[in-house]
This record gives sequence, structure tokens and C-alpha cells, in this order.
Amino acid sequence: MRKILLYITILTTGLIFIARLFYLQIVDTSLAIRSQDNAIKVVYDYPQRGYIYDRNGELMVSNQPSYDVMVIPRNLKPFDTTEFCGILNLSREELEKKLDKARIYSPMLPSVVIPQLTKSEYAILQEKMRKYEGFYIQKRSLRDYQVDHSANVLGYIAEVNQKIINENPYYISGDLIGRAGVESQYEELLRGVKGVKHIQKDRFNRDIGPYKDGIYDTLPEKGKDITITVDNALQDYGTKLMKNKRGGIVALDPQSGEILALISAPTYDPAKLVGRSRSRNYWELYTDSIAKPLYDRGLLAEYPPGSPFKTLNALIGLQEGVVDVKDSFSCNHGYAYGRGRKLGCHAHKSPLSMIPGIAQSCNAYFANVYRRIIEKYPTPQDGMDAWNEHLKSFGLGQFMGNDLSTGRPGKIPDSDYYNRIYDYPTYKWYASATLSNAIGQGEVLMTPIQLANMAATIGNKGWYYTPHILKEINGQPIKEEKFTKKNYTTIQAEYFEPVIAGMHEVYKSGTAATLRIPGVEIAGKTGTAENFARIDGKRMQLTDHSIFVAFAPVDNPKIAIAVFVENGYWGSRYAGRMASLMIEKYLKGTITRTDMEKWILEHSLEDEYAKPLSGEPFRINQ
Amino acid sequence: MSKSSAGFDWISIFIYLALISFGWANIYSASLGSSSGSFFDLSQPYGKQALFIGLSLFLIVIILSVEAKFYQRFSSVIYIISLLSLAGLFVFGKTISGATSWYSFGSFGLQPSEFAKFATALALAKYLSDIQTNIRMLTHQVKAFIIIAIPALLIIPQPDPGSALVYAAFFFPLYREGLSGFYLVTGLTGVAVFILTLVIGPIWVSVAVLSIGLLLFFRKRKKRPGRLLITLFAIISIGLSFSVNYIFENVFEQRHRDRFNIVLGKEVDSRGIGYNTNQSEIAIGSGGWLGKGWTEGTQTKGHFVPEQHTDYIFSTVGEEWGFLGSAMVVLLFVALLLRLLILAERQRNQFYRVYGYSVIGILFIHFLVNIGMVIGIFPTVGIPLPFFSYGGSGLWGFTLLLFIFIKLDSDRLSY
Repeated sequence: MRKILLYITILTTGLIFIARLFYLQIVDTSLAIRSQDNAIKVVYDYPQRGYIYDRNGELMVSNQPSYDVMVIPRNLKPFDTTEFCGILNLSREELEKKLDKARIYSPMLPSVVIPQLTKSEYAILQEKMRKYEGFYIQKRSLRDYQVDHSANVLGYIAEVNQKIINENPYYISGDLIGRAGVESQYEELLRGVKGVKHIQKDRFNRDIGPYKDGIYDTLPEKGKDITITVDNALQDYGTKLMKNKRGGIVALDPQSGEILALISAPTYDPAKLVGRSRSRNYWELYTDSIAKPLYDRGLLAEYPPGSPFKTLNALIGLQEGVVDVKDSFSCNHGYAYGRGRKLGCHAHKSPLSMIPGIAQSCNAYFANVYRRIIEKYPTPQDGMDAWNEHLKSFGLGQFMGNDLSTGRPGKIPDSDYYNRIYDYPTYKWYASATLSNAIGQGEVLMTPIQLANMAATIGNKGWYYTPHILKEINGQPIKEEKFTKKNYTTIQAEYFEPVIAGMHEVYKSGTAATLRIPGVEIAGKTGTAENFARIDGKRMQLTDHSIFVAFAPVDNPKIAIAVFVENGYWGSRYAGRMASLMIEKYLKGTITRTDMEKWILEHSLEDEYAKPLSGEPFRINQ
Repeated sequence: MSKSSAGFDWISIFIYLALISFGWANIYSASLGSSSGSFFDLSQPYGKQALFIGLSLFLIVIILSVEAKFYQRFSSVIYIISLLSLAGLFVFGKTISGATSWYSFGSFGLQPSEFAKFATALALAKYLSDIQTNIRMLTHQVKAFIIIAIPALLIIPQPDPGSALVYAAFFFPLYREGLSGFYLVTGLTGVAVFILTLVIGPIWVSVAVLSIGLLLFFRKRKKRPGRLLITLFAIISIGLSFSVNYIFENVFEQRHRDRFNIVLGKEVDSRGIGYNTNQSEIAIGSGGWLGKGWTEGTQTKGHFVPEQHTDYIFSTVGEEWGFLGSAMVVLLFVALLLRLLILAERQRNQFYRVYGYSVIGILFIHFLVNIGMVIGIFPTVGIPLPFFSYGGSGLWGFTLLLFIFIKLDSDRLSY
């Protein structure tokens, strides 16, 4: 015992020490993390966000310097809160709240206290900053908008929220991120890569040089400048035309799939979402549930397409071989079917073949064509699915795979859909039950960009490029296969000739004869869509939507356009005029028909929009 | 080489060299400023330590050249000189950070308490090896205790209670030479009762003491300790337990209380007194398996651990060399201690053996208290890690302590 006591004691001590070291160094990882926290300060170097240019190289978005007041709660010393709050125009409680929030985020990492100082606040604070230990000013760059339109296209940038921080380790509190439009879609191109510096601190929290001589440090990488496909002048013009109306305009270059214009109304000045009033302005826009200015109608609004959809039924009819261009159908103010039901039509010559049928937009003609398509097959289910397949090849009823940050698929019904709603096989359904599809009402829904793409596809005689908004990155054209490969429809090119001729006739003698542009041959189609709203629990019909699709010139289309004006009554009234003016603006650069332009600029639909909200009985379509 | 010489124990010497070299490398890292000058820059701790190491090697040559009998013969003289040097501090001592432990010679200082250890070890060895001494006799126990207590009592008022605590190390040679285990049991029981009371309170400690007491009391065994003794033990233990609170609150100073509370986990205070331990644990914990590499420790560079090149040098090892490096140092110490134990046991001369045991005891207490403190399982007591911590007096004191024993060991065949 006397000899071994010391042996045992020494060995036991050695074992306990090694066990304790094992625990500290290997098992308990929290210590290693804490070491990173207090010995190494990570400082980020934010690169300039890339600029955004329009298709003609006009600058749309650049940057301006901005200054954030940051705090590291652990380093706070007592300070003159009255003076501090005075400079920043804050109440003491607000400041306390912000500091508490910063403490909860992290006592050691910087948090933003006041984002985006005004120039005068910065000038005053800058001089007194040394008095406020724990606070510092961080320079950032903010967006500087050169245009007052296109907010829906450009999007905006905002501080990241906790959810983004948790999901994407690149971002830390106070970072900015693109939150809509191009800013969101091309965030990674635009933002560049922030540089990082690791600074070794001593126990008094002083910088004592770069950590490991900076081997982990990186330089910031400037954001890439991007050129988008929209035409600045066309955007501006379209926004003006849409003033006091609700709806969307989408214009495409059929030969490239580039989006020339994407306009949603009502809209807002993108500069409103920059700076410290951003959050208040955003809230105003966000809570406007009536005008919905943040809602991009060009991409999100799913409307019944109305008459322009007839052109597709004509194409499918030809492809399926159920109708010939020369086949005529009579129309007696509509098309009667079922038990005394009738699809009404306006007054025109009868009977009509395909080209005048399109030009006059005869409902009865297309009811016949549609029935023949569906009834060609042994069951209405098969017919419906064949019809559906053709439409899908136009990109309808699905997300188009474009590079826009938002979108809707629209709706093209298929046999499953009708089987479900009619409870097949308990109850059977036939072509007549779905007859509204013949004229683009009923179950069919399309977004304005789908309508525009439909016009482009018809203009191209059967193919389209997926619409896209990105044109160049740092001056280099994009080469993405998705946007440089033609998508072919299931319709043979030859069948487009009569449909195009019909749409051309719309301008020459049909529903849009008053909208001709001297020297430009246009093919188009008017649309008037019935629509309903639920007001105080009652389903009420509102004034029809005014719809127009067109492409021009007919032989070699350079622009395809869809215009949708909510409650604008008939197709050529608002939408047709706007489409015509937009085409002229794009192709000629100047407007010759100033009286038509004046009419559009001066007419407002605000009264129309106020009707259903007034609580009074109202009349529509007047 | 004469017939009686067995040569020096190269294993111990090798471990010693490994420890001082590695120690220096860590002192270099821990005291490295923003500008890295020459290794021998005498304005920096690492430069001075290089000089101290050089002088130690010179000292070793002298120690090993002197005849072994000299240490035995002159032990009393060395002891008395050592006591005088400690007493002289009260008159000529220089106060550095609150402790009057130093004689100052220009920019260098000497700390006599570091030399008093080997002197006391020699004196105790001399006394115990006296043919007339019988450590089982109470009067001789008292005399031995006095030899140990005088230097300790001279050191406490400096104040340097840490260095005084080291004198507990002499229990090991005394026990080896026949001191009753009763003292060990009593001492350990006292410490256990004290700490347990702090953790679970006097009531539960009393319950535990009574249960163990009753178990022993009624156990039917021939070699059972006397029932009177058991009763006495139990009564004193319970008495101690109930006075722990009083001692803790009134005899201890606040800083002592804090140190206990932190180790016992009763208080979390990473800013005040707990700062050292906390920072030291962070530094070690951040080392991981292999550490951050020599001079790459972020905690070490930022000087987050106070006194890192002296008492907290082991935290640098932990941070920069990781588990592998720090476990290696622990193993080197264990190896050295066990090797010395083998050497001590092979001595036929009692003086040599007592001295050897004293050396082991002193090194062990330093090892236990220092590393225990740095890794947060022992209350903060400021004593250096032998051969590792920065400081000339410490290094020379430990060098003398160890190499005198190596010299004595080489002379073992003359008996």
C-alpha cells in the first residue's frame, strides 16, 4: 500500500486530465464555436449591385450610397440617448426596442439599428459617432431608379428576414436581397459576392491584424450588369396608356421570345420602395386590396380569354381535319343547343366561312367547330383530351418556364376535370356541356403573357421561343438553351395561313377596322369577356373585360401583343386602341393618331371600378 | 567513471528536455507580440526564457559534477540559507502584483520560494534518514512537520498561498517512510466532508456520515477499527459539516469562495473571477483534435487568457496543439513521475529515497493543481507548471530539484 499509493494517484490524475481534455476539445463543440465568436471578427465588404439596362442600353437602375447605423450590443457603453434619439428622430422606446431586438439576434454580431439614413442625418451623426461606443455607420449601396415605371418588372430589394437567413447561409442580418421581379430572379447575378475579412481581436476587442494573414479573406466580386429585354420607351408609353385603368399589357418579340413590354396597372414608382420610408410605402401598397398595385396582372391575372381563343379552336379544327377553310356555318343570332339553350351572337352576315368567321368573331361558327373537334372521337373524354393536348403545345394551362419571378399556369380543362365536376360515370357529359370553351369562356383561363405568346406563335406559324426577360449579362447575350430553342406546336404551319388571314381581316373589315395603322399590316383579334364578382355574397355580373391580341407586321411579325383592360367593355374599345398605339410606338417610334392617343389618356375607368363598391345598384356595359 | 557510479537516468533527462523545449515553444507563441522579433529578444518573455533555459543547462552540468554526498552533508546548511532568503523578503523583497516574493536584480528577479522546495526536501530527507528518527513516533512526526511548516509559514504571508500549498507534497515521502495512514484518512475525510457540504448541504452529509459510521460500527470483522474511533470520526465529521458554512462565509475571503463556487458549478461568472477559467476552457476547447497550429491560436494571439505564458501556459498547448498535444504533455508528466517513482524505489539509501519521493510529490502537486486549474476542475491556485511555465526561478528551482535526484540516483550503487 505504501508503495503503490503514489502510483495510483498519478495514474488516476493523468486519466482524469485526459478525459477532461477529451470532453473539452472533442465532445463539447460549443466551446469551439464561442472561440470563433470572440477572437475573430468577420467583416463583410459589400460589392456594388449590378446595373439594369433596357434592351437599347438605356440605364434603368443604378445605385446610390446609403448609410446604416449598426450596433454590436456587447460593445455598448452608456451614452446620451436623448441626443442620439434627437438626431435620428426616434423615440426612446423605439430605440430600446431596436436594441433589444439586436441583443436577441446576437450580442456579438452587428445588427442594423437605423437603416438607410438620410443625407442630413448622416452628416450630423458622422461627427458625433465617436461618442456612441458600440454603434458604427456602415456604408451600403441602395438602388437608384432612373425610371418611374416598370416597378413590376424590376422588383425591389429589401432587408433579408429571419427565414431567408435560416435557409441561405450567404445572408446575414441586414443584408439586402432582391424581393420581386428581375431583382429577385437574377439576385445572384446582380448582387455579386460579398468579400469577407477575418480580423483577429484581442481580449479588449481591439483589432490586432488579419487572422492567419488573411488566408480566409476574399475580395468582393462586383455584381454583374444585366440587360433586360424590355423597351424602356415602350414600358413608359404603355404605363401612361394604362393610367386610371386596371389590367396588363404584354408585348413579345415573336422572333426571339424577348419580352418587349410587361405592364401592369395600377402600378407605383419603384423609387417608393427605397430608403427608410420603404416599409411604410410597402405596407400601403400591400394592403391596397382593391387596386392591388403589387399584383402583376400581366403574369398573374388569369382571365377567361374570350374571342381570341377562337383562333386556337380554328387551328385545332383544321389540324384535326374536322373543318375546311371553306366550310360555312349559319348563325341565327347565336347557336342553339341542348334543351333550348343558346350561345348568343351579335348581328352579322350569315352563313360565314372561317376567315370572315374570325373577322366577325361569330360564336355560332366556333361552336360548330368545337363540337366537331370533340365529337370526332368515340367519347367526349377522348375528344377533350385531344383538344387539350393541342392547347398545351401552345404553353397554355401550365407554367411557361420563363425567367420571371412569378406567374400562373392558367387553366385548360381536360376529361378528368369534367369527369370530376359531372361525377362521371354516374352522370355522362357531352361536347355541348363544355361549349363555352368554343369562345374562350367557361373553364378556360389564360394570363396576358400566355395570350401574347399565343399571338406570337400564330405570327410564327406554329412555334415560339419561351418568353424571357434577360437579354445580356455584362454585355454578353445569354445562351440558355431554354430560351434559344424553338418550341413547336402540334399544328402544321399551313393551317396558320387562314387563321392569320382571318386575324388580318379583323383589321381590314372586322371588329377592329377602326384601329388600323397607316403603313403597318396588323393581324389581331378582339375579345370581350363576361366576368362576375361576389359582392356582399351575391354573384354579380360586372362590365365585360376588354381584350385584344395582335401581331405585326403580318408577314414578318416583330411584335406580338396582348392587352387586357378590366371592365373595359368591348375588345376594341380600350384594349384594341392601346394595342394599336403600342404597336405603332414600337414599330414607328411616333404616334400619328394623336386623337386616339388622347382618347385613351383622357379616359378613366375609375368610375367603373367604383360601381360595385358603392353599395348602390348599378348598371353594366354602358 | 568510478565503480560506484551507475550513470545518469537518460529517460528522465530526455523527458525533461522535451518538456522545456515544448514549454518554450508555447511561451513563444503566448508572448508573441504583433511584431515577431528574434527568438532571443531579451525584452520579450520568450527571449528571457531562452536565456533561462541556457543557464539551466549550465546549472545541470554543475549539479551533476558535484559529488552526491555533498547534498546529504550540506542539506541543513542549504535549508537554513533557504529559510534566511525567505525571511529576508520581509526586509528586502520587491512587490510584484501584490506579492512580496522577489529579490530584484535589475530587470531580473529571483523568487526564493522556488528554491525553498528542494532545500526543504533535502532537510526532510536528512531528518528522516537519521538513524534515530522513527516517523511512527509522535515527537518525530512533530519535528518533521516543523521542518516542512517553517518555509510554508514564511511563504504564506508574502502572500503566496499557492506555493505554500505545495508543501502538502511532503505527505508522500512521510507516508512512504511509515507515517500512519490515519492522517491520510483524516485529511481526505475532512476534504470530502467540506466539499460535499458545499454541494449538498450539512444535513445530507450528516446522514451519509451516520450511515457509513453505523455500517462500520456493527460490521463483524476482526480488523475493524475501534468503535470509539468510529464514533469520534463521525462526531467530528458532522461537526465539521455544520461549521463548513461558517468557515466558508467567515474564514474564507470572497475570492476563495468564488473559486470554489466556480469549480463546483454553483456560480457562472465569465466576466469576473471566472474569466480566467472560462477563457482558458474556451482556448483549450477550440483546439479540437489537432489544434490550430503553432502560433496560430486565435485565443492565444488575442491574449484572451490572462497570464497565459506563466500559470495558464497549458491553455496554449490545448489551443494550438489540440487534444493530441495536450494529452501528450499530460502523458509526458505521468511518464516522468512514474519513472522517478521507479528510481526512488530502487534507492537503498533512505536519504536518497525520501528525497526522491519529495521530488515526485512536489512535481505531482504542481502538475495536479496547475493543469487541474487550467482545465477547470480545480479552484484557481496560482502555481506554475513545472518546466513549462515562464520564469527563471521556477525553472531553476525545478531543475535543481530534479537533477539533484538524478545525481543521487547515479550514486545509488555506492550503498
